[in-house]
Amino acid sequence: MKFIDEYRDAKAAHRYARAIARMTKKTWTIMEVCGGQTHAIVKFGVDELLPKEITLVHGPGCPVCVTSVELIDKAIEIASRHEVIFCSFGDMLRVPGTGKDLLSVKAHGGDVRIVYSPLDSLKIARENPAKEVVFFAVGFETTAPANAMAVYQAHQQRIENFSMLVSHVLVPPAMEAILSSPANRVQGFLAAGHVCTVMGYKEYEPIARKYHAPIVVTGFEPLDILQGVYMCVKQLEEGRFEVENQYTRSVRREGNQPAQQLIREVFRVVPRKWRGVGEIAHSGLGLNPKYERFDAEQRFGVTLHTVEESSECISGLILQGIKKPHECPAFGTRCTPEHPLGATMVSSEGACAAYHRYRRLRVPEGTRIGQKS
Amino acid sequence: MQQLIEKLIGPAFKNPYLDERHDGAVIKLNGAKLAFTTDSYVVHPLFFPGGDIGELAVNGTVNDLAMCGARPLFLSVALILEEGLPMETLWRVVRSMQQAAAQAGVQLVTGDTKVVDKGKGDGIFINTAGIGGIEHDAAISPRSVKPGDLILLNGDVGRHGIAIMAVREGLSFESEIESDCAPLAHLVLRLLDEGIEVHCLRDLTRGGLSSALNEIAQTASVGVAIDERRIPVRQDVQGACEILGLDPLYVANEGRFIAFVAPSDGERALQIMQSDPLGQDACLIGEVLGEPEGVVMLKSQIGANRILDMLSGEQLPRIC
Repeated sequence: MKFIDEYRDAKAAHRYARAIARMTKKTWTIMEVCGGQTHAIVKFGVDELLPKEITLVHGPGCPVCVTSVELIDKAIEIASRHEVIFCSFGDMLRVPGTGKDLLSVKAHGGDVRIVYSPLDSLKIARENPAKEVVFFAVGFETTAPANAMAVYQAHQQRIENFSMLVSHVLVPPAMEAILSSPANRVQGFLAAGHVCTVMGYKEYEPIARKYHAPIVVTGFEPLDILQGVYMCVKQLEEGRFEVENQYTRSVRREGNQPAQQLIREVFRVVPRKWRGVGEIAHSGLGLNPKYERFDAEQRFGVTLHTVEESSECISGLILQGIKKPHECPAFGTRCTPEHPLGATMVSSEGACAAYHRYRRLRVPEGTRIGQKS
Repeated sequence: MQQLIEKLIGPAFKNPYLDERHDGAVIKLNGAKLAFTTDSYVVHPLFFPGGDIGELAVNGTVNDLAMCGARPLFLSVALILEEGLPMETLWRVVRSMQQAAAQAGVQLVTGDTKVVDKGKGDGIFINTAGIGGIEHDAAISPRSVKPGDLILLNGDVGRHGIAIMAVREGLSFESEIESDCAPLAHLVLRLLDEGIEVHCLRDLTRGGLSSALNEIAQTASVGVAIDERRIPVRQDVQGACEILGLDPLYVANEGRFIAFVAPSDGERALQIMQSDPLGQDACLIGEVLGEPEGVVMLKSQIGANRILDMLSGEQLPRIC
C-alpha cells in the first residue's frame, strides 16, 4: 500500500539494523514513549533486529493502560444510568475497573457505544435530546484537540445534554518523572510522533538539556522506529543530548498551533493519577471553568473513592522502563489479557499485553517459513 | 466464543461428531456419507456492498458443507422477522437467496417463519441448515492435519468485514470495497476430483485467517508457520484497516478458505485454485510443523518471527 509498505520494507529494515550495529560501541537503554510504538516493535519484531547492546524499554504512553481504576469505576457508574448513552473509543471497553468493565455494562443493557471521533458523540447528543450523552475523553495530547473541539462545539451550539468524562494525560511530565527517579535506567527517548504533530517538540528541549538525555521524535512504522533508534544511538555514542525529529513528514518544531490554541481554550493542566504509577503533578488536562458545565463527574455527582491496585503487579516498574514484562512472575500465569492484574496488561497496546500476544513463546530454531514456494 | 464452545456446549452435548470441532458433522447413514451443518445470520446492515443477508445465509451454509468436502444438496431456511419489516425488504432478501441457491446448486427444501415484536429483532434474522453428500473417502478434518502439510489460501483477506464496517461507520473510499461473499463448493470439489490429498479445509469467517489457523493448530495439536508477506490484502482494505486500527488477519471473509494439503500435492493444488475465478490470487502461505503444539507462528513483514494469536472477543478499534 502506498506510504505503508514503504515503511515496512524488509531489506531497508535490515540495512538500518546493520548501520545501527556498526555504530554501537557501548550498551544503551532507550525508551519508546508511546504504546503504539511498543505495539509496532513487538508486532513486527523490530527489537530482534537490533544489536544486543541496545535495550528497548517500553514507556507509559498507552492512555488506555494508565487511565486510573477510579476513573473507570466512575465511567461504569455513569454508563449504568438508564438516561445515559455512554460513548467511548473501542479499546476502553474491555479495561477492567474494580468489579467489571464497560462491555459488561453494555451486556446488562447499558447503552454503551463505540465511536471513532468525539464529534460522533456530539451528533448522538443532537439526535437524542431526551438522553444524556457522555463521552469518555481518554488520551494524550494527540486526541486532546478533537476532544476540545467537541466541548467547544457543544458550548457554541448549546448542546446541553452532552458531557465529557475527562481522563487526559500529558507526555512531558511523565518523561520527567521517569528521568528524575533514582531507579531510572533510561538514557534516551523515542518521543511519540503523533503527540508532537500536535504539540511540536519545543517543550522537550529543556528536558533533554536538564537530564542529558537525547530525545528523537519518532513515527510508528518499523522503518521509522529503526531510524529513530539510529538517531538516538548516534547522539548517545557522540555524547550529545538534543531533540531531533525523525518524523519530519508530520512533525514541525512548533506543532499545530490552532490545535494547541483550542486545547488551551477548553482545558487546563491538572494533576492526574496514572494507573500503575500514581499521581504525577501537572500531568493531566481538565476542563477550564468556562466549560465546567460539560464535566460529567460534576453533572452526575459520581463519588470519589480510592482503589488499591494489585500488590503483585509490577506495571509501575514496567511503565518506567525499570523492568520488562517477562520479568514478572505473574506474567502469562496469574496475569493474562483475559484476567489482567494491572495497567500494562489491560489494553492491547500495553507492553505486557503486546508481549503476551506476540512473545509468549520463542520460535523454534530452524523454522522454515517462506523457504518453499 | 471458542471458550463457550470448549467449556459449555462441547461438554453438554459431547459425542464423536461434535468432538471433531469441524464446520459441520460428517454422518454415515445407510451407506451414504453426509455432511450436516447449521448457521445463523444476524448481519447488520442487511444490505451491503457485494451482498446481503440472504446471499450470506445461503453461501455461509454452503461453504460450511464445502469445508467438510461435501457437495451441498439441500438447505432449510428459518426466517425470524421483526414486526414492521417492509415487504419490499423481505422480497429482496428472498430473491437474493433464490439466486444464491441456484448459483450454488442447492435446493431450499424446508423452512419456517416467525414474527417477533418490534424492537425484539433487527429486521431479519436467518438460520439455515444444510445437508451435503460426500463422494470420496478422504477424512477432511483438523485431526487429519500432519506436520509437513502445506497451507493454501484462495485469495485476498479482509474484504467482507471491511465492506460491512465501512457501511456501519459511514466511511467511503476512492472505490467501494465489496464483500467477497461467494459459494466455494465447486472449487473445493475440483481439488478433490483432481485427486489432491486434502487433509483439512476451513472457511475464514468470523475471526478471519488467524482464528481459523489457531483453531486448527489447537485441535490438531500441531504448530503452524505462515509468512505475512505472502498473504494478499488489497490496498484499499489495508488502508481501511490502518485507519480503523484493525488487523486484516482477524477480519471476517465470506468467500475465502484455507486448504491443508499433502506436501507432494501443494504445487498442483495451487495451480488448480489459480485457474478458478475464486482462486485467481491463491497462494501458499505456510506449512504445518510438529511444534510448538497449538501455536501459529508468523514471519512478519520485516522478517522477524512472532505468535499469531487468537483474539479474545471482537477486535476493538484503538484510540491512536
